[in-house]
Amino acid sequence: MIKVENISKSYADVQALKAISFSVEKGELFGLIGPDGAGKTSLMRILMTLLLPNGGRAEMAGLDVVKEYKKIRRLVGYMPGRFSLYQDLTVEENLSFFATVFGTTIEENYELIRDIYVQIEPFKKRLAGKLSGGMKQKLALSCALIHKPEILVLDEPTTGVDAVSRKEFWEMLKKLQQQDITILVSTPYMDEAGLCDRVALMQKGEMLSIDSPQQIVDNYDRPLLAARSDDMHRLIQDLRQWDQVKTAYAFGRFVHVTPSNDRLQPDEVKAHLEKRNHQHVQSSFIKAGIEDVFMALMASDSRSTQSQSQSNEVKQV
Amino acid sequence: MNRFRGFVKKEFFHIFRDRRTMIILFGIPIIQLMLFGTVITNEIKDARIAIYDQSKDEMTQEITSKLLSSGYFLLDQNLETTNDIEAIFKKGRVKEVLVFGRDFSRKLKREGKADVQIIADASDPNLGKLLASYTSGIINDYIFKQMVDLHLPMQIEPEVRMVYNEGLKSVYMFVPGIMAMILMLISAMMTSISITREKELGTMEILLVSPLRPAQIILGKVMPYLGLSIINALVILGIGHFIFGVPIKGSWVLLMGESVLFIMMALCLGIMISSLAKTQMVAMFISVIALMLPTILLSGFIFSIENMPLPLQIVSNIIPPRWFIVILRNIMLKGVGLAYVWKETLVLVFMSAVFVTVAVKKFKTRLD
Repeated sequence: MIKVENISKSYADVQALKAISFSVEKGELFGLIGPDGAGKTSLMRILMTLLLPNGGRAEMAGLDVVKEYKKIRRLVGYMPGRFSLYQDLTVEENLSFFATVFGTTIEENYELIRDIYVQIEPFKKRLAGKLSGGMKQKLALSCALIHKPEILVLDEPTTGVDAVSRKEFWEMLKKLQQQDITILVSTPYMDEAGLCDRVALMQKGEMLSIDSPQQIVDNYDRPLLAARSDDMHRLIQDLRQWDQVKTAYAFGRFVHVTPSNDRLQPDEVKAHLEKRNHQHVQSSFIKAGIEDVFMALMASDSRSTQSQSQSNEVKQV
Repeated sequence: MNRFRGFVKKEFFHIFRDRRTMIILFGIPIIQLMLFGTVITNEIKDARIAIYDQSKDEMTQEITSKLLSSGYFLLDQNLETTNDIEAIFKKGRVKEVLVFGRDFSRKLKREGKADVQIIADASDPNLGKLLASYTSGIINDYIFKQMVDLHLPMQIEPEVRMVYNEGLKSVYMFVPGIMAMILMLISAMMTSISITREKELGTMEILLVSPLRPAQIILGKVMPYLGLSIINALVILGIGHFIFGVPIKGSWVLLMGESVLFIMMALCLGIMISSLAKTQMVAMFISVIALMLPTILLSGFIFSIENMPLPLQIVSNIIPPRWFIVILRNIMLKGVGLAYVWKETLVLVFMSAVFVTVAVKKFKTRLD
């Protein structure tokens, strides 16, 4: 449904996309995961025919994004990163405006948006600018869907939305997928990666890996340890300073440690920490989650490009 | 077509729901018209004068009372010595001092010549000049009436008539100017702002992705302002005609036709600005600096173009209101038909064509 071949894009001073290739099957829920500045938005805008690539080619539903942009614009639904509806129009006016623009009516495609729209319908006379973040996002999704697109492109739809609404939103996407809509979604939240059929990890205009979340985790063969103590802050500091540790990142109440030496045992970690006056130390092997894999992938990639700070921008939840 | 109608409807929602837009659209025109029409005026009314009358005879008394009953002057005080003159000007209230020489009427009758001095405060040169000429006008008028039998050996008496504005009313001049200014402001500034607003809020991104054609987006933006500007033109002409008594001697149809042409020109200009500006602030800035100031200063609205230095006269040619104001004055005050304003009309048509060409060329079907 979506085919990208060696797409690259440069702005005046940065190269936003470096010869990216991937493809998305019909009915797939495909996620682009990456920190801010990874090139997700540029990629989506090229696919949405809003930007011209500097090189390479891309197709949406078999149509070229440069030459056949007019046809594509009828087939796709787009939800940009910023809330892009009219704040001074009511919920209902926004929806019916987008319906008219796409030559349809709310009634005609009500079935498709019903599940989403019923949640905001009680507020249909309210100005869109006065809606809460979660409701705005539902309205934006309804507007993007009102013309029954074949492909739905969502640029960071869950950024700035509370945890409950985020969860609901992904459930809605799953439902839409069942209606045979191909969905391309970007997100900076790594925990959302597991909800996609396939994900691509992007960093600095490159794709680090493309696979199903399960496959990505299974392919990771390094040991991983979890450690905790009463003083989280000092714990990370101490672990990072230890030469046995390659990386240490906070995950909830634990610190996930990638050892620099694969033979490192949990007991050694515990002993090391207790020597440094940590209380209630726990340490054990754990199975890597998708977030661990991404952190590891990005860390190794950053090292090669000499900029570690980037990887910390990825939002962990 | 349905699409287009939906778009225009949305535009009207934007306009009617934004208080700031409504004030600019309907408040500013009326306020400006009232301000320029009443407050800012080149006429004299109740100017304070002082009189140092050294004769105090019948004739000087009569001249004084004629001056004071003219409505232009108010007597502030009578002076007793010439020393008072400087002091009273410094206080700033009195704008003119009139000094009658000694034995005024006797001298006049015997020698046919008498002395009167007009001293005007020229710290405001225009006012000073006006006061002096009004005063001497009244004095001369009096003398001529007194001395009906006065026959000078040779005499040229110019008969002055101010055609098209006999009363020299400044409102005749301001109404066309204000109309040009306001239509420019509303049409150009408001359209450019409303288009850049979509860019700024990110809604343009969605509009571009939609099947709406660029021409539909632009026309949809422009249509509401075209309608509202026409209403505004009617309101301004109505107020000018019925409240300030500005004559409209030519045909209303031609007048409105020319106004619509000017509005279209300004709308094209607005679209062009919006295609150059990325944010509302920039659009507003361009509109104000590049449109408002030249409209006020260089269009002949307040300062006549003939008196400008040559370079500015040349610059004034590219300022659209300059041509529109000429058209308006000709139709309203002189009552001429299209045959007399076709040149100016053509200039406006040409300008619209240029602006719309640039705008269409610059409008992007993609993000930058």
